[in-house]
Amino acid sequence: MISETTSNYIAQVTQHLKSLDGIVDLVPSYTTLLVVFNDDCCDRFTICRTIRQTIEAIDPNDFALEDKREVVIPVYYGPEVGPDIQDVAEHCQLSMEDVIKRHSETTYRAYAIGFTPGFAFLGNTPEELHVPRKTTPRLKVPIGSVALAENQTAVYPSVTPGGWQIIGRTPVQLVDWGSENLALIAMGDSVRFEPISRDEFLVLGGQLDGF
Amino acid sequence: MAFKVIKPGLLALLQDLGRHGHQSLGLTTGGPMDEMAFRWSNALLDNDTNSAQIEITFGMFSLEAQADTSIAITGADLGATLNDKSISPWRSYAIKKGDVLAFHQPIWGLRAYLAVKGGFLCEPTLGSVATVMREKIGGLTGKGDKLQKGDVLKYQPFSNHQDRAVPRLAIPNYGQTEIPVILGYQYESFSTLERANFFSSDYRVSGNSDRMGYRLEGKVITSDLKGIISEGIAYGAIQVPKDGQPIVLLRDRQTIGGYPKIGCVTRYGGGTLSQQKPGDVIQFTPITVDQAERERHLQMSRLAQWR
Repeated sequence: MISETTSNYIAQVTQHLKSLDGIVDLVPSYTTLLVVFNDDCCDRFTICRTIRQTIEAIDPNDFALEDKREVVIPVYYGPEVGPDIQDVAEHCQLSMEDVIKRHSETTYRAYAIGFTPGFAFLGNTPEELHVPRKTTPRLKVPIGSVALAENQTAVYPSVTPGGWQIIGRTPVQLVDWGSENLALIAMGDSVRFEPISRDEFLVLGGQLDGF
Repeated sequence: MAFKVIKPGLLALLQDLGRHGHQSLGLTTGGPMDEMAFRWSNALLDNDTNSAQIEITFGMFSLEAQADTSIAITGADLGATLNDKSISPWRSYAIKKGDVLAFHQPIWGLRAYLAVKGGFLCEPTLGSVATVMREKIGGLTGKGDKLQKGDVLKYQPFSNHQDRAVPRLAIPNYGQTEIPVILGYQYESFSTLERANFFSSDYRVSGNSDRMGYRLEGKVITSDLKGIISEGIAYGAIQVPKDGQPIVLLRDRQTIGGYPKIGCVTRYGGGTLSQQKPGDVIQFTPITVDQAERERHLQMSRLAQWR
């Protein structure tokens, strides 16, 4: 079942398995962890035993993850860059200000990364903000678009097609393969959105076009 | 010193064995669609296992050499010519300055591998030169571009050529249409009838197949599961979406997905599948993990012993 406890545990196990010999890749998600190992250097029985031993040595109640981080993402909310914000407000029977307030007051958890590189599935949005996906996905969602779908929210790290409801845009780059961190949000991180003005957005390098 | 691209063809990509260790960020691995063909090409030239090569899909690709070197060609027979003289795959060839190497169109298989002595010299992105166009990463530019006319593919000049050929026994049979499948952990969600249908029907490779996944058209199979909570996707995973038409996820697959999976093709089977063209017909056949492991070890030790 999807829960913060499960997600914490998976993040914790991922941390511990990272340094094991023979492990090539780890793909954590909501309730699962895919382990990719190199079968040219270790056999599956040995790797299974090592993984089991590593997992058994973890105290699931110990949530003090070494690198649990909080990521704050500045967002310019509004119809200029968030063409669906009015529809969302209408659907949720809230004012636009209330949509912004509720979206930015909540602290989210990155439950999974995928769809495109660096795309973090953030949950859960407050119930008042639950909206369906758009009936027809957009062919081109601009970089940095902040969007909602059902009980989740996300930022689009690159220009892709997408069916989520767009309410704003961040000037912050989510992925940078030239940087040391590569991606701003990792699975298990806490994420918060901070409303900024149009001017601040532009000063931070935000782009208004893209649709 | 370099090869200059004269004709870029349909799809020619720089590849190595892939970009590993970043799937948790949603970054796929890329890498050669036919891994054993890639490994043999480097072996023929006594290159490092991971030396960068060109994966040529379909053909219509040609290059001009600006310095002496040795090359090796493996994988599909794309009707290659060296200075207009036919040459066959699974061998190494001496290249002289000014030579023109061309790949025309598929005679047997779909993807050929071209290795050069010492590997193509290219700055890696995140530890790999593997080109993933969808993610705009890797390749000559680092931005995931396929090879273009005029591109310059650098290598170290080399003049001590040795003619070598892959032993016949080790050359895969791309006419093999039975693709081995290891049963997956959602196999139980397919009824006995659905499983029987899956393993006894012909599936046609759809025109929408690419490096990300091979879409198959044939008998509809359905899982008792409507969907699953999105989870990591292994190489070769066979997803069954709502329309019941299986998709085999390959080198450029997305890292997570929410469709039930009936099983997983092996790397060797995935290589054979990748050599099939749209319209070709394949069948799936179940194997155990033990059998898959034995097959892999056989392939790898054959290569190691030959080297």
